[in-house]
Amino acid sequence: MTILARLTEKSWEPGAQPVERERPSAGTVGTLAYFGVATVMFTLLVAAYLMRMGLHGGGDHVHDWKPMPDPPLLWINTLVLIASSLAWEGARRTHRGGAAIMGAALGMVFLAGQLLLWRHYQAAGYYLSANPANAFFYLLTALHGLHLMGGLVAAGRALAAANMRNIALCALYWHFLLIVWLVLAVLLLST
Amino acid sequence: MATTLADDLRPLHHPHSWVTKYVWSQDHKVIAIQYSCTAIGIGLVALVLSALMRLQLGFPGAFPAIQPDNYLQFVSMHGMIMVVYLLTALLLGGFGNYLIPLMIGARDMVFPFVNMLSYWFYLLSVIVLVAGFFVPGGPTGAGWTLYPPQAISEGTPGHQWGIVTMLVSLAIFVAAFTMGGLNYVTTVLQARTRGMTLMRMPLSVWGIFTASVMGLLAFPALFVAAIMMLFDHLAGTSFFMPTMQSMGAITPTQGGSPLLFQHLFWFFGHPEVYIVALPAFGIVSDLISVHARRNIFGYRMMVWAIVIIGALSFLVWAHHMYVSGMNPYFGFFFATSTLIIAIPTAIKVYNWLLTLWRGDIHLRVPMLFAIAFIFTFIHGGLSGLFLGNVSVDVPLSDTFFVVAHFHMVMGVSPILVIFGAIYHWYPKIFGRMWNDSLGKMHFWITFIGVYAIFLPMHYLGILGVPRRYYALGQADFIPPSVHLANEWISIAALIVFCAQGLFFYNMIWSLFRGPKADPNPWGAASLEWQTPDTPPAHGNWGPHLPTVYRWAYDYSVPGAPRDFIPQTEPREPEPRA
Repeated sequence: MTILARLTEKSWEPGAQPVERERPSAGTVGTLAYFGVATVMFTLLVAAYLMRMGLHGGGDHVHDWKPMPDPPLLWINTLVLIASSLAWEGARRTHRGGAAIMGAALGMVFLAGQLLLWRHYQAAGYYLSANPANAFFYLLTALHGLHLMGGLVAAGRALAAANMRNIALCALYWHFLLIVWLVLAVLLLST
Repeated sequence: MATTLADDLRPLHHPHSWVTKYVWSQDHKVIAIQYSCTAIGIGLVALVLSALMRLQLGFPGAFPAIQPDNYLQFVSMHGMIMVVYLLTALLLGGFGNYLIPLMIGARDMVFPFVNMLSYWFYLLSVIVLVAGFFVPGGPTGAGWTLYPPQAISEGTPGHQWGIVTMLVSLAIFVAAFTMGGLNYVTTVLQARTRGMTLMRMPLSVWGIFTASVMGLLAFPALFVAAIMMLFDHLAGTSFFMPTMQSMGAITPTQGGSPLLFQHLFWFFGHPEVYIVALPAFGIVSDLISVHARRNIFGYRMMVWAIVIIGALSFLVWAHHMYVSGMNPYFGFFFATSTLIIAIPTAIKVYNWLLTLWRGDIHLRVPMLFAIAFIFTFIHGGLSGLFLGNVSVDVPLSDTFFVVAHFHMVMGVSPILVIFGAIYHWYPKIFGRMWNDSLGKMHFWITFIGVYAIFLPMHYLGILGVPRRYYALGQADFIPPSVHLANEWISIAALIVFCAQGLFFYNMIWSLFRGPKADPNPWGAASLEWQTPDTPPAHGNWGPHLPTVYRWAYDYSVPGAPRDFIPQTEPREPEPRA
């Protein structure tokens, strides 16, 4: 039954009992619903980023947005996250815990890389409060990193319980975070 | 591995001790009661704050303990607590938790552990919020909308610590709500029992479900805004903080956009109105149908209206910002979308009235509250049409007309539904009946009282009396009648305030002394009244889940032995000749 047919059912009329259909697992639905939440959050941040970027400063009309330079580490981290996502995809397809551990480890490497990136920017004088571009960079990477940490906790639990269904969900979550990161990276690199 | 029914989702978590049964409980019914008690508790704080505000407004200067700073803090905390920590938490965390599994025939929420975490995060957010009263400088006095730059600038009460506790508390609340909301949505989608199609669900579930989806999509905006303002305040960034001169010195912040905050806040804030309203719409539909012994008029239209209102409410947020200096074409767009919402809303109102039409109306206490809701909601909705128009809104902006409007439409209306719902479901929740006379007394004082309070406020607003003012002072446009009206409003408010004692006395008295309730005292057809135990036991349904054969509104069916047919009653194969 399509969603349209479901929503136009005339439930007050005597009808045949509906046929029970297979439903996706609750974990899948919950994860997908959470993607909705996180998508809205990051979309709003991107909208705020673009809105703030287009603004002029105060009464003196000085453009106060100073973009940050693109260090090579940003590219390396992106590649690490892509590799991590690929490892998770392998775990999902082959049902092997080893690949999942690899994916989680690469996720941790990515987080360490992001920390290094922060320190690199700090050392170069790009402090949080110095410029809105810096502030958005730290805010976006921090929120993305927190989501990845949450994913690591979930991955740890799934691995400990050797729950293949949850490992598949972790893989899905990793892909989602990869897409978010790619959008953020394009945003950070292009502005 | 896909599953078909709630039964095979997972083994139930069985509590073994008093602590796991009543404190760290994963049972949706216990969590619902925990949520409700916490929400009502913090709501009482907000109620006291409103009484203090009314004392100041009605009798300016008579209470030297209420200083201008205190007054602003009362306004801010009252608003935020009522909207977020009482209404949202009670309608979704309380009623959502209690009703969803029982009404769709599930044993529990699909993620009971996350559900439990949701409550404890909510409690933490309330504790952090209350901590704001005890930090140096007191809670924030920036108004419930917390607009920067004033919220974190010198001169605003609580600009140092109060605003921090408020923002941190909101961020925790959003986390709590997200955990709860994911549960409500997934449970409705995944755990419906055999035969419970989407269109056989009671409207209460539809309202709570749609509101949960909206909450999941709207609260991130509040979260983002709160985090960004915390950055501005604590780390010295300038997301929202413009270049300013404060106390003669240029502040270190520059170039930030206060308007950006307003957009984020209202992208959450407007859907929030409907996050509160839609569960109330759903619940009131069920109350009216049960107590009028009639099927709800236009069930499908009611469902669609709920969904359409939910979707449209994401397109109207800037009607709160007509005077913010944004592009006037925006104003035109948002005025149009605002007025379009009136259409599905009006459909709902007509359908409630048509359900009552020629019904067998039983004026029991829940029904009185449900009918009162129709009054206050039409009333508040109509003043909303005025404020939705840019040209009418501009002169009325920030006056008592606005206060009257939103209190009628999203303060009083949902509260009346909540009262009605508590009177309606209490016999199922605790297995006891209330004292009817006390309930009716509570109803009439509250219902007439809210009109005595909020009707004169429209008049004050049209005169131009501004809101959020500690005292009006001497102004030419303020005639003496304003002061008289303010006194009258304050006295009415204090009477209504005291009358709530009847409600709490009745609730506690009934818990111990109330007559034992029949499992289905109102003769309702929906699933929650068909549980094998009253109050429902852990797992809700005994050994077997119920099977649903019909919608939830088979009342006064011709030829049926009783004036209702429960959803669990099988249909006869063919009508007998």
